[in-house]
Amino acid sequence: MKCIIIDDEAMARAIIAQRISNFPEMEVLEEFSNAMHAIKYLNQNSVDVIFLDIHMPDFTGFDFIQTIKNPPKVILVTSDKNFAIEAFEYECIVDYLVKPISEERFEKAVQKLKSAKVPSKTITSKEETPSDTVNEFYVNIDRRLIKIEFNTVTVVEAKGDYILIKTDNKNYTVHSTLKKIEDKLPTDLFLKVHRSFIINTKKIIDIEDNSVLIAKDVIPVSRANRPELMKRLNLL
Amino acid sequence: MEQPNLNYINELSGNDESFKQKMIAIVKSELPQEIENYRSLLESQNFKATAEMVHKLKHKISVLGLEKSYYIAEQFEDNLKQSSIVLQNEFEEILNSMQNFVDDL
Repeated sequence: MKCIIIDDEAMARAIIAQRISNFPEMEVLEEFSNAMHAIKYLNQNSVDVIFLDIHMPDFTGFDFIQTIKNPPKVILVTSDKNFAIEAFEYECIVDYLVKPISEERFEKAVQKLKSAKVPSKTITSKEETPSDTVNEFYVNIDRRLIKIEFNTVTVVEAKGDYILIKTDNKNYTVHSTLKKIEDKLPTDLFLKVHRSFIINTKKIIDIEDNSVLIAKDVIPVSRANRPELMKRLNLL
Repeated sequence: MEQPNLNYINELSGNDESFKQKMIAIVKSELPQEIENYRSLLESQNFKATAEMVHKLKHKISVLGLEKSYYIAEQFEDNLKQSSIVLQNEFEEILNSMQNFVDDL
């Protein structure tokens, strides 16, 4: 794996390079103290992985990702734990390391790199993460990341700037959009049946003309989405 | 008050003495520059930029094994973001302790 390191702090670059040196399959091609120089480099060279600091003068790591056309896999490196949730918004971000990076944590990040697919703008994350490999997602509630297993979710409902995630045991209100969560959910389990509702098709109890019953909720099904719903059913 | 140490750098270096010396050289070179930047930004009352410099210094604090001091720095960074200099003295004591330690390496 060809890597570059972008961090304005020389000590941080040295630490990352030293951790990488323990993995013979990885090679540091270049180190950059400045994101603009890295952008120029990437215009002419391809790399597999970028180790990227978030806090840099004038240009944050997130600005950097948004600037480059087809970002490769990215591992964020920062002293700040508070950006974790923003990191989930980017398909290319494979992991998030908090400084100072421990040997054990770095090893886990490398494992994630090996199993992560190459990010592509033409492939959505829901196609990349089949439900048999990723079984859960995380939501940010009151600065806590809470794990929710896919198979416990019954319904997701859009509520203005928020979404309501209903599970077997609990409901969660999260500041997000239906589109964002739709991209995280496995397509073999979940289906958008209405502009405001995504349902877990395994949780359907019964279906009427324009609605489905899931747990105790009657969810409307729009005419346009009904054919796809019917296709999913194992009809006798 | 807790004292800086080289535990993290030793773990990172393993048996690689040349890397250890490289790390020490980097810290010896970067730390005084960062402290100077911190002081000049604080003097100009640019609290946002000072908070960013404290943020950067936090990495050196943790690499030198100052776990409790890290939390003081974190709190001071938050205070600066609110244009408050509460914990300035405590933070600068940490900087002095680090600088003295690094000077002796």
